[in-house]
Amino acid sequence: MKIVLDQVEKTFDSFRAVHGVSLEIGSGELVALLGPSGSGKTTILRMVAGLEYTDGGQIFFGDQDATDIPVRDRGVGFVFQHYALFPHMTVAENIGFGMKVSKVRRSKAEIATRVRELLSLVQLEGLGDRFPLQISGGQRQRVALARALAVDPKVLLLDEPFGALDANVRRDLRRWLREIHDELGITTLFVTHDQEEALDLADRVVILDKGRIVQEGTPQEVCRAPGSAFVMRFLGDANRFDADVKQGEAELAGLRLPAPGVPDGKAQVFVRPADLDWAQQGEGLPARILRVIDRPEKRRILALTERDETVELDVDVDTVVSPKEQGFLRIRRASVFAA
Amino acid sequence: MRVRASTSFSASVDPIIRWRTEPAGPARRFSLRRDVSTVARKPVIPGLKLSLGVTLFYVGLIIALPIGALIFKAASLGPADYWSIVSSPRAVASYRVTVLAALGATFFNLFFGLALAWVLVRYDFPGRRIVDAIVDLPFALPTAVAGIALTALFAPNGWFGSILMDWGIRVAYTPLGIMIAMSFTSLPFIVRTVQPVLEDLDPALEEAAQSLGGSDASIFAKVILPLLAPALMAGVSLSFARSLGEFGAIIFIAGNQPMQTEITALLAYIRLEEFNYPAAAAIASVLLFTAFVMLAVTNAAQAWALRYTRRG
Repeated sequence: MKIVLDQVEKTFDSFRAVHGVSLEIGSGELVALLGPSGSGKTTILRMVAGLEYTDGGQIFFGDQDATDIPVRDRGVGFVFQHYALFPHMTVAENIGFGMKVSKVRRSKAEIATRVRELLSLVQLEGLGDRFPLQISGGQRQRVALARALAVDPKVLLLDEPFGALDANVRRDLRRWLREIHDELGITTLFVTHDQEEALDLADRVVILDKGRIVQEGTPQEVCRAPGSAFVMRFLGDANRFDADVKQGEAELAGLRLPAPGVPDGKAQVFVRPADLDWAQQGEGLPARILRVIDRPEKRRILALTERDETVELDVDVDTVVSPKEQGFLRIRRASVFAA
Repeated sequence: MRVRASTSFSASVDPIIRWRTEPAGPARRFSLRRDVSTVARKPVIPGLKLSLGVTLFYVGLIIALPIGALIFKAASLGPADYWSIVSSPRAVASYRVTVLAALGATFFNLFFGLALAWVLVRYDFPGRRIVDAIVDLPFALPTAVAGIALTALFAPNGWFGSILMDWGIRVAYTPLGIMIAMSFTSLPFIVRTVQPVLEDLDPALEEAAQSLGGSDASIFAKVILPLLAPALMAGVSLSFARSLGEFGAIIFIAGNQPMQTEITALLAYIRLEEFNYPAAAAIASVLLFTAFVMLAVTNAAQAWALRYTRRG
C-alpha cells in the first residue's frame, strides 16, 4: 500500500510541530524518518497512524483519502517505543487481542492457530503463556511486532522501536526486522533518532529538522551527497573549518577544495574523521596530537590545528602515533556549504 | 504488589529485622509498578531497630490492645449467652440493614467514584482542582456534621427531601437515608485509590488497543478495567469496611427505629449506655469479624488480579 502525505501540518497549542510535509512512500518500501528530538518525526508517524489529527493537508493510503479515518479503522500496525503490551494479558493473549476485538468474527481455534504462526514468525515459540513482565525487552518488542502484524495491517508503523534496548539486542533486532519486512513485503515507516539504525535498515531515509524535511534519499545518496550542513553533521561526526569561497573553490590554509555551486564569501568546510589523513611530514594543515583514543576497528586522533581548531580523525589500527606529536592533516574529501 | 519479606533478609542485619524492599500498606498494595525484586538490601537509614520497635509498640498499643480487650470482653460471656445476644432478632435486623446499606453505598460508590476519578484524571476543566479538593471533604468533615447536613437536606421539608417526597420517595429515617450517609463518608476511598493508578496508566496502551481495532467499549472492558481492578477492589473493601462502622453521619438521618433503621454500631452503643459491656462487645465482635473477612477476601482477590506482576 502506497502512502502519500500532501502538505501535512500539525500545531500543538502555539508550537508548529510539522510544517507542510509532503512525502511519498512506495508500496512495500521501508522508509526511516530520521531527525533529532523535536524535529516532528514522531508527530508525522502518529498522524499517518491516525493517533493524531492533522491541522492541514491530506494523507492518502493508496488512492483513498485516509486523513479523517479514525485509527481503529485505518488498518495500520503500530509498534510503540516502550512496547505498550497489555501487562495483564499473556503473550498469546496480547497477540490475539486485535483478532478478538475485530469486527471480523474468528473462531477460537482460528485465532490460536494464527497466534502460533506469529509466535514462530517472531521466534518466540513456547513463550505464549508468559506475561510481558516475565520476558526480556527484546522479546517484548518482538511480541509487540507480532501483535501489530496479527491484524494484517496495510501499513506497519514503528516509533523508535529499538530505542529502549541494549546496543547488541538493537543491532540483532533491526537486521531481523529487515528480514521480516522482506518476507512480508509490507509498507513500513519507522521513526528513529539513530542515524546508524536508519542507514542500516531503510531503503530510503527522510531527514527532518524543525518540522520540515531537509533531505530524503537512499542511504547512499544522503551519505555521499548531504544537502546541508545540518544533514552533514547529523549523519555522523564531522570536523568543521571556516573558509572563504571564491569562484567555486574553497580556500583552507593554502589548500584549494572544490565547492561547486557555493556562492562567494564565507563558507564552512566539513570533513569526516575518516576523510582526514595524518602525515608526519609533507604538506597539509599543521597540527599537534592531543589524545589518541583506541577503538576495536580504528584509532581516533584528537588534534589541535595551528588555527586552534580541534579536529578528530580516524587512522588505521596499525598507525604509530603518540600524543604531542607534530604533523600534518590531509583532506581527502570535503563538503562545503555557505555559512 | 506486596513483597513477601521471607526472602529479603540482609545477612549483616539482625535476622529478626526484615528489610522490605517496598513500603507496605494500602497505598502501595495495588501499585502496578514492577519493582518486585526481593533482593536483600542494606538499609540506608540507620535506627531501623528503634523505629521498628517504636512502630510495633504503637501498633500494639493503639490497634491490637483495644481489639484484644474487645475479644476478651466478648469472650467473658459463655457461648450460649454470646450466641443469644448476637442472634437476637434485633441484632440480626441491625446486621441486615447495616450490611445491605453498606453494600448499596459501596456499589454506588464503585460507579460514581470510578467516574469521578476518571473525570478528574482524564479531563481538564475549570474548577478541576476545586472538585479534587472537595473529594476529601468527607474525610475532613466531622461525621456528625455531615449527618446533620444530610438530614436537613433530605428531611421531608428539606431541599432535596421535599422534592423527593413529591415523587413518593422517603429518604430520611429510612434505610435509603442510611445508604446515602454511608456513601457520603466512604466515597473518597474509591476515588483516592483509583486516581493514582489511572494517572499512571500508560496512554500508549489505549492507543495500541485502538490501533488494533478495539472499540471504546472493548478497550474499557478488556484493557482499562482489568488494570484498575486491584485498585477498585482496595477501594471497595475500604469503603465497605468504613460503611459497616460508620456511626456519626448515620444516626441523625436513620431515625434509629429498632428492627428497621437501627444500625449495628448504634445497637452496640446502646448496650454500652446500658453498661452492658459484654453485650456491646459481642455485637461489636460481629462487626469486627465481618470487616476481617472482607479485607481477607479482597486481599486474596487482589493477589489474583495482580498475578501478572509476578516474575519467573
